[in-house]
Amino acid sequence: MKLLRDISLIFNRQMQLLLRNPIWIFVGVFQPVMYLLLFAPLLKPALQVQTNAEAYEIFVPGLLVLLAIFGGLFQGFGLIAELRAGVIERSRVTPVSRLALLLGRSLRDVVSLIAQAVIITLLALLFDLRVFLPNLLLAYLMLALISLMTSAVSYGVALAVKSEDALAPLMNTVAQPVLLLSGILLPLTYAPGWLQGIADWNPFSWAVNGTRALFRGDLGAPDVWQGLLIMAVLAVLAVAWAARQFARSVR
Amino acid sequence: MIETRGLRKSFVSRQGREKKKVEAVRGVDLDVAEGEIFGFLGPNGAGKTTTLRMLATLIEPDDGRATIAGADLRADPGEVRRRIGYVAQGGSTWDDSTAREELVLQARLYGASKSDALARAARVLDGFQLSEYADRKCKTYSGGQRRRVDIALGIIHEPKVVFLDEPTTGLDPQSRAHMWDEVRRLRAEGMTVFITTHYLDEADALCDRISIMDNGEIVASGTPADLKREISGDVVRVGLPVDAIAAAAQALNSYKIETYEDNVRLYVEDGAVAIPQILRALDAAGVPLGTVELHRPSLDDVFLTKTGRSLRES
Ligand SMILES: Nc1ncnc2c1ncn2[C@@H]1O[C@H](COP(=O)(O)OP(=O)(O)OP(=O)(O)O)[C@@H](O)[C@H]1O
Ligand SMILES: [Mg+2]
Repeated sequence: MKLLRDISLIFNRQMQLLLRNPIWIFVGVFQPVMYLLLFAPLLKPALQVQTNAEAYEIFVPGLLVLLAIFGGLFQGFGLIAELRAGVIERSRVTPVSRLALLLGRSLRDVVSLIAQAVIITLLALLFDLRVFLPNLLLAYLMLALISLMTSAVSYGVALAVKSEDALAPLMNTVAQPVLLLSGILLPLTYAPGWLQGIADWNPFSWAVNGTRALFRGDLGAPDVWQGLLIMAVLAVLAVAWAARQFARSVR
Repeated sequence: MIETRGLRKSFVSRQGREKKKVEAVRGVDLDVAEGEIFGFLGPNGAGKTTTLRMLATLIEPDDGRATIAGADLRADPGEVRRRIGYVAQGGSTWDDSTAREELVLQARLYGASKSDALARAARVLDGFQLSEYADRKCKTYSGGQRRRVDIALGIIHEPKVVFLDEPTTGLDPQSRAHMWDEVRRLRAEGMTVFITTHYLDEADALCDRISIMDNGEIVASGTPADLKREISGDVVRVGLPVDAIAAAAQALNSYKIETYEDNVRLYVEDGAVAIPQILRALDAAGVPLGTVELHRPSLDDVFLTKTGRSLRES
């Protein structure tokens, strides 16, 4: 099918360029590892848990969701560089599917995020984290949906504003409250009621709760399917919107 | 091969708090025949790129219609895309890719299979004398090499029509001459070439027919020779010291005259008759004489008579 073929063409090209710059893989792993080593030890007393394993069970899912959100939201910068180089315009005069122009790129972001997540999970295993494989795979699905959504949003906004100067503050403004109100770094269990009330309106808060349930081994928790469903719906909406931006005129 | 009627496009641009409407293209009619090298000549901001981007399906016209290689621009932009190639003014290559990778990808985006794409890439690399650098990253190329890659990308799928937006801007004279040969070769291969330029000599030497655009409108169309013939007579160019220009203009005010920084140009019936009279008039006014040249009207003179401005100055 033409769409699948187009997606794979764009995706392969993007992967090829990504792997040509292995420095990003290093940076992408180095930071989370620092969190694992330097931040997580503070958690055991803060979370009032008995073992390292329990602390990592709460912290690692949060960290992964955080990476998915931020990793996605800042992909737009690369697209602006492509716009400036004329690569996007060159693609847009060909009959290539506009949806493929978006999905080829977003899927690269998903793949690189999952690679990052696998490395971090493996490291956390060294710190006594234990997670059941099917649950882990579902958690990765959640991460994939998050990163698909956030990268699509970032691409769409990048095409609309066309400049790094506008994209950076916009993405930061979005990311900060999302981060603070989702209980990503620390669960909101001890938060005052009003804060929890606001967090209920933050879709990422549902995603984090779902991912934590999966790491806990609580597959049946409603948080799991609710989080997955909310993320899937938002990802579809974001992709549809961003693909329209690719189809519209772009200078 | 290309026919447009009443194409229009305006942009709303924001300057501070004020919104300003720029009418970039205001009703363009064009007829380009198959196998032609058609030139679009005009100063910066004339609307050349905007017209090309409309024809290449990148932006939607506000009004008007166009048929390109038999496909209707509005009704069937997908078919237009398949039949045309477009080379943007600002380039189109990615620093970290090689020319071969870019060409293979581009061919595949147009639907070629992998082996076909590789063969096409090898062929155009050879045709544009790029084989030597084909596997080096684009950021290591010279300006001229990179421009050739841009054009190779625009024609890899052998379109019926190719739009080249200022393919020679920024190239040295030798690379420009080289590029002209490339453009002629494309035509010889059966393509219709639509090229924009603000070089007069380029429009004159390379193009079969041209349209001169200014301020969003076409002010003249025809073969370069016909356009020049429209301006009857000769042009006498008198080089003068800068401070003598005003006095010379005064002394020669009975002629059709244009003044420039270090020369004046007079449009006369017959140069051979006019020159002695001009010299006498200048002498009588005590204007120190510089060089005197007689030439046939150039495209710049055409532009001047149509718009009241010189293309060289704008
Ligand atoms: N996206 C846009 N938004 C606002 N104004 C625009 C846009 N694109 C073009 N314009 C304006 O439209 C006019 C025509 O621009 P265009 O790029 O078509 O000129 P051009 O003939 O190609 O000039 P040049 O020789 O400098 O390339 C200019 O005044 C330009 O500022
Ligand atoms: Mg232009």
